[in-house]
Amino acid sequence: MLHVKKGVTVNRPREDVYQFWRDLENLPRFMQHLEMVEAADGGRSHWVAKAPGGKTVEWDAEIIEERPNELIAWRSLAGSDVRNEGAVRFTQAPGDRGTEVHVELLYDAPAGRAGATIAKLFGEEPSRQIRDDLRRFKQVMETGEIVRSEGNLEGAGQGVLKQRAAQAPEAEARP
Amino acid sequence: MKATCWMGKGSVEVRNVPDPKILNQRDAIVRITSTAICGSDLHLYNGFIPTMKKGDVLGHEFMGEVVEVGHGVKNLKVGDRVVVPFTIACGNCWHCQHDYWSLCENSNPNAALAETMMGHAASGAFGYSHLTGGFAGGQAEFARVPFADVGPLKIENGLSDEQVLFLSDILPTGYMGAEMCDIKPGDTVAVWGCGPVGLFAIKSAYLLGAERVIAIDRFEYRLTMAREKCGADTVNYEEVDSVTETLIEMTARRGPDSCIDAVGMEAHGHGLEYMYDRTKQALMLESDRPLALRQAILACRNGGTVSVIGVYGGLVDKVPLGTIMNRSLTIRSGQCHVHRYMRPLLDRIEKGEIDPTMVITHRMPLGDAAKGYDIFLNKEDNCEKVVLSA
Repeated sequence: MLHVKKGVTVNRPREDVYQFWRDLENLPRFMQHLEMVEAADGGRSHWVAKAPGGKTVEWDAEIIEERPNELIAWRSLAGSDVRNEGAVRFTQAPGDRGTEVHVELLYDAPAGRAGATIAKLFGEEPSRQIRDDLRRFKQVMETGEIVRSEGNLEGAGQGVLKQRAAQAPEAEARP
Repeated sequence: MKATCWMGKGSVEVRNVPDPKILNQRDAIVRITSTAICGSDLHLYNGFIPTMKKGDVLGHEFMGEVVEVGHGVKNLKVGDRVVVPFTIACGNCWHCQHDYWSLCENSNPNAALAETMMGHAASGAFGYSHLTGGFAGGQAEFARVPFADVGPLKIENGLSDEQVLFLSDILPTGYMGAEMCDIKPGDTVAVWGCGPVGLFAIKSAYLLGAERVIAIDRFEYRLTMAREKCGADTVNYEEVDSVTETLIEMTARRGPDSCIDAVGMEAHGHGLEYMYDRTKQALMLESDRPLALRQAILACRNGGTVSVIGVYGGLVDKVPLGTIMNRSLTIRSGQCHVHRYMRPLLDRIEKGEIDPTMVITHRMPLGDAAKGYDIFLNKEDNCEKVVLSA
């Protein structure tokens, strides 16, 4: 099982940062490899990730632990192509520095073709991918959207990201 | 539109490129009326800044008229006249909110690349390589300005382009260089480099209360500007054996209370030390030639401050760290936090305390940008500052 731990500091109150993440359907706004997350009843959700060659990989997950403004932990349901589990912890940063977000992710892919596809999906450096995702999360939370430049239309990070309408809800848009 | 493009080391061309578009909701598009070539553009021109790509649009000192705004920009409207700060800053992150605008945590889409080279990334900037985000620059007819709700300064007082254009970079940069010296009454400040930033540092040091400013350069016409327009004493380093010893003698062995390096990575000098740095840089064993910085450190009074506003890109050799430690020196540095200084410096311009037009020696149309780079690089025709009108 691959194990990735990464963190980022977001200059927003802990409640706001938690709420945005807890709405799992927001995740594709800043997670490069996700096409869609659909939340269902009972803490369950359906995930669709982009794979090379225009393919997608799908799985179902459930939230296994949830403490408001502190923690969200999830794991994939039995039979998923990508067996994965993870947790996001939200803590108060020191002084006036906002909220620390710590992500821990464990994932495993089956052998064979599906496994190879998934390996490509996460790239050769999964920790870098998570770091770039968290940087985009911070941009969305702090500035309202992912910042683009002429030289990098994909926004933060080096990967090929299909640009989405990466905007926080109107009420949350900064400044 | 027409834009000045970096075409490789030693080559810029004004080319036709696609017009900029709104890419983020807080963008504005500015039709540029005036823009300038910066000394730091010469580092790009000479190929000393990594991650430039052929065709990149240059220029980070520009101003003009707003012609389009994104949905998130409420404080600007079409027709507003604005000066644009060269650093791009979001206004929302911790560093922006603590007045460290050139350290914006969100404005550099290539932050990951910058972190690999520098540990942490600094903000995005216009027309200054992909390490600062790959943003198209302003030596062009139009530019896209991200976070236009935060950066651009509206000019509503009828001052001319030439009076306010340098609020985009070189005036605040020179001013910050002097401000970082924490000048006290009676202080002597030494300034390496009498390019436009050096001249503004001299002028700012006097505004902030310096008793005496000593300027160092090798071009007599620039030293003359430092004396006549800014009131500095001057040292032509090609006419003395040791700049350090000269400065120490000029201050009766105290040394200047503060030293400002307004030269940076492509310093010139003479003798073995200069040959050493030229050779190491040519062999890519060091990225920058820190001759001015070494002199500044050695000359500075015990317990004094060395303020570094000249641009450095990477690694340097033989910096006398023992001197810094044993003599209680303070090193202060940074890309200018332009947003912090634009409004107060506009006030000083309005009051007549500083006339930024004093540095301009050459005016030409945007189409002649390549010629402008050439003249500026080679210090032809007593060139100090080139302004391009678009």
